[in-house]
Amino acid sequence: MATESYPKTVIYCGVCTLPPEYCEFGGTTKKCEEWLEKNQSELHKKLYSQEALEQNLSSLSIEAQKRAEKDSQKKAAKAAAAEARDAETRASSKVLIKRIERNKRKYVTAVQGLEAFGLDIKKVAKDFGKKFATGSSVTKVPGGGDEITVQGDLSDDILEYIEDNYKDVPEDNIELVEDKKKKKAEQVG
Amino acid sequence: MFKKDISPGAKSKVKSSVQRTIRQKVLDTYPLLEPYIEDILPKKEQLDLVKLPDRVSLYVLNGTPLFFQHMDDALLPHLALVHRYPNAFSRLRIDRGAIRFVLSGATLMAPGLTSPGGRLPGDPADTEGRYGKEDLEPGTPVVIEAEGKDTACMVGVLKMGTGEMKKVKKGQACEAGHYLGDGLWTLAL
Repeated sequence: MATESYPKTVIYCGVCTLPPEYCEFGGTTKKCEEWLEKNQSELHKKLYSQEALEQNLSSLSIEAQKRAEKDSQKKAAKAAAAEARDAETRASSKVLIKRIERNKRKYVTAVQGLEAFGLDIKKVAKDFGKKFATGSSVTKVPGGGDEITVQGDLSDDILEYIEDNYKDVPEDNIELVEDKKKKKAEQVG
Repeated sequence: MFKKDISPGAKSKVKSSVQRTIRQKVLDTYPLLEPYIEDILPKKEQLDLVKLPDRVSLYVLNGTPLFFQHMDDALLPHLALVHRYPNAFSRLRIDRGAIRFVLSGATLMAPGLTSPGGRLPGDPADTEGRYGKEDLEPGTPVVIEAEGKDTACMVGVLKMGTGEMKKVKKGQACEAGHYLGDGLWTLAL
């Protein structure tokens, strides 16, 4: 111990970000093990050898083992379920790019549904503003939730930008809509 | 403290005078860090302060989190730092059975430390002197390691003196400040 140099470098698991020793408590043990085998085969041999596994089990009473087992199974199931749910919302949720007529020949573009793809819409709004050099803000939608409002008719540009920069969003899930403000038009008319 | 996922707030630069005070404070709290302080908190580098929810501030150097602090409480090291300099902190060890509870954010209970797998300062089974000889007072920041693991899994503040723990062997031992896989650990800067 004492002869080691500092700072020590610690390897972290690429799946659950914990040090690989703790992967067994993370709920995604299987994936972690696979990752480790691929990326750090030496460490994998050490941690997942038969002896190591046996030693882990022997230090607990049988009853506690059972409980721990049950617990970890539950955790794994939970993690798997959460992941499946996540993937499903990802597949089913749509990104709406709306072109809204604000005044004759003046438009704003509203982008909805980006948060379902794990994007921080505040940051995305900032990026839009920077990229297109326009005002871009996060506004609340009356129905609940937030949307990004970008000044100007940028629906095609935004579509392209999202496709290029946010690879998590599948292209087919992006939809362009035109939205004329009917209420105002009616009032005026 | 960080059971839920958190998002970082405003990031600001720390004044060099404040930086000096922090450095001094770190040295006062963790005298064992002395040999490495120049590596951890170089005098010339610009330290950043990131505000987190619940009045927690996190000190970050070039994108690596170092210490966090709730209001004016003791500065606690981030686990990534503990992993790099494991010898520089007062350490305790928990038995295997307690790991899964700690990793889900429970308050550490005394039996996890007093059982055969756990280590308190002055433990006869601890021949290397890894865990020190002197009993620790309540309120001391400690790093919690785990039986059979090399890396630490938790950082917290003692609720009960280690001397008392040995006698009573019951009750809450250490408040969970920051553990592997919590919001602070997964925080993306």
